[in-house]
Amino acid sequence: MVSSLAVQVGVIFAYLLVALAVGLVAYRLTDRAAEDYYLASRSLGTVVLLFTTFATLLSAFTFFGGPNLAYSAGPEWILVMGLMDGILFAILWYVLGYKQWLVGRARGYVTLGEMLGDRFGSTGLRALVAGISLFWLFPYIMLQQMGAGTAIVGLTEGAIPYWAGAALITVFMVVYVAAAGLRGVAWTDTVQGLFMLGIVWVAVIWVVSAIGGPAAAYTGFDADALALGGGLYTPQYIISTAVTIAFGVAMFPQINQRFFVAKSDRVLKRSFALWPVLVVLLFVPAFMLGTWAAGLGIDVPEGANVVPILLNEYTPVWFAALVIAGAMAAMMSSSDSMLLSGSSYLTRDLYRPLVDPDASEAKEGWVARVGVGVFAVGTFVASLFQPGSLIEIGDLAFSGFAQLTLPVLVSLYWTKTTRNGMYAGIVGSQAFYVLHSLGPLSATYFGWDAALYGMILGLVLTVGVSAVTSPAPDEKQATFTDGLSAD
Amino acid sequence: MTRQKRDYLWVVAFAVLVVFAVPWFLWGDSRIVAGLPLWLWWHIGWMGVASATFYAFTRGAWDRGMGVTRG
Repeated sequence: MVSSLAVQVGVIFAYLLVALAVGLVAYRLTDRAAEDYYLASRSLGTVVLLFTTFATLLSAFTFFGGPNLAYSAGPEWILVMGLMDGILFAILWYVLGYKQWLVGRARGYVTLGEMLGDRFGSTGLRALVAGISLFWLFPYIMLQQMGAGTAIVGLTEGAIPYWAGAALITVFMVVYVAAAGLRGVAWTDTVQGLFMLGIVWVAVIWVVSAIGGPAAAYTGFDADALALGGGLYTPQYIISTAVTIAFGVAMFPQINQRFFVAKSDRVLKRSFALWPVLVVLLFVPAFMLGTWAAGLGIDVPEGANVVPILLNEYTPVWFAALVIAGAMAAMMSSSDSMLLSGSSYLTRDLYRPLVDPDASEAKEGWVARVGVGVFAVGTFVASLFQPGSLIEIGDLAFSGFAQLTLPVLVSLYWTKTTRNGMYAGIVGSQAFYVLHSLGPLSATYFGWDAALYGMILGLVLTVGVSAVTSPAPDEKQATFTDGLSAD
Repeated sequence: MTRQKRDYLWVVAFAVLVVFAVPWFLWGDSRIVAGLPLWLWWHIGWMGVASATFYAFTRGAWDRGMGVTRG
């Protein structure tokens, strides 16, 4: 008789090895030039683009943080996800993403900082945007490592310690990113996205049939426990969270860089229309598992995740391990995409313009890989301290990125935006948000998240300062509007 | 209908999608229908409506306001 620990470890390793094999095949097809390494030569088709973006959104939050919230506070988070990812992000996909695709195609940009730096004739702005992005990327990568660590502990009931789970995913993602580039990451994202979508439905069917239908799960609730709203979920909370996260997602390096990679606008159109359906297919089952666990009286210890415990209770050991493997794979694909994009921000927007403009391709590649290693080790060490819950840390990172979105949007559509306006909007909103999140000031005003006020401040400063200043001579005002073509 | 009027209709359509993504009129409702809370069924249906609307947008109004030349 094989012990359950051996089964769990075997399943997880087997899954990670399959993912690695896919990456290595992609690696053999990858050319080392930067445009291919980071953007897969702007050649991604609908399925791959959709799933690579989708899988990137799937993080420790989807399988652990979200169901935990549904367990403790009710399933209303599904509505937050619907408003945020299904609607607001889809609209941003068009308004911001399609516009960036057009501009990137016409001018050959690879990063957000490069695009803004060129338009406003400012290396400083380019470096600022890259630096801010890396700053907020740090907690988000740490979140994935924390998720992996707690998942392993929950699955093996502590037989494998927290640090080992976090370390496993760290090593895996560094090797992966260094080896495969975007083509490798995109291919495994597709495999993983499909796998997770399938497995979460199997998990739901399994649990529902084991308990004899969902009605059994509701008998454990008070009459109004499932009423919409109440407790954590105020209208202000739902709207603040959905808006800040949707706008934050659009500025995540790995998502934003995806806006440059579609093969044609057909790919973008199809992804845009399919987006809300994917959101329903994934988040409804994942979060309802957490809700049902609460009704079934599943006991979740402090700091543990509900999904592994629920699955261990109602499904065989190997299946629970497989779901955890899928979730770890999701975290890995989130993290390796993030590290890859982060490394392109580091080399193209910080290292090359500021440190060594004449660096060879080989040297740049070396800097990128060392940067990834250092960054991942840093987030790993920070994750050992578990400085907050998965939700808190995720929200911090999203809201930080969200401060960038409105200044960027203004600049893409309003040709009178000036460099001074951009500096004012970006620095002003970031300073405001840092003081309210990491600093001493209140996190909410009148129930609304401070991040939302920061976004409005950024918008007002960008427009206001642009209106009263005139452009510097080296600003190229027509960059984002003239000479764009779709075919 | 002029092109500009149609553009405004799209803005309105998107705004409606955003506003009713949360079924505010079911606030406090705790009915369970066919194994899920009633308000969750609204969410599922609404995401379907959103997908269909976005599809129609890609067919009829894509490129609006982007300053793109075709061909």
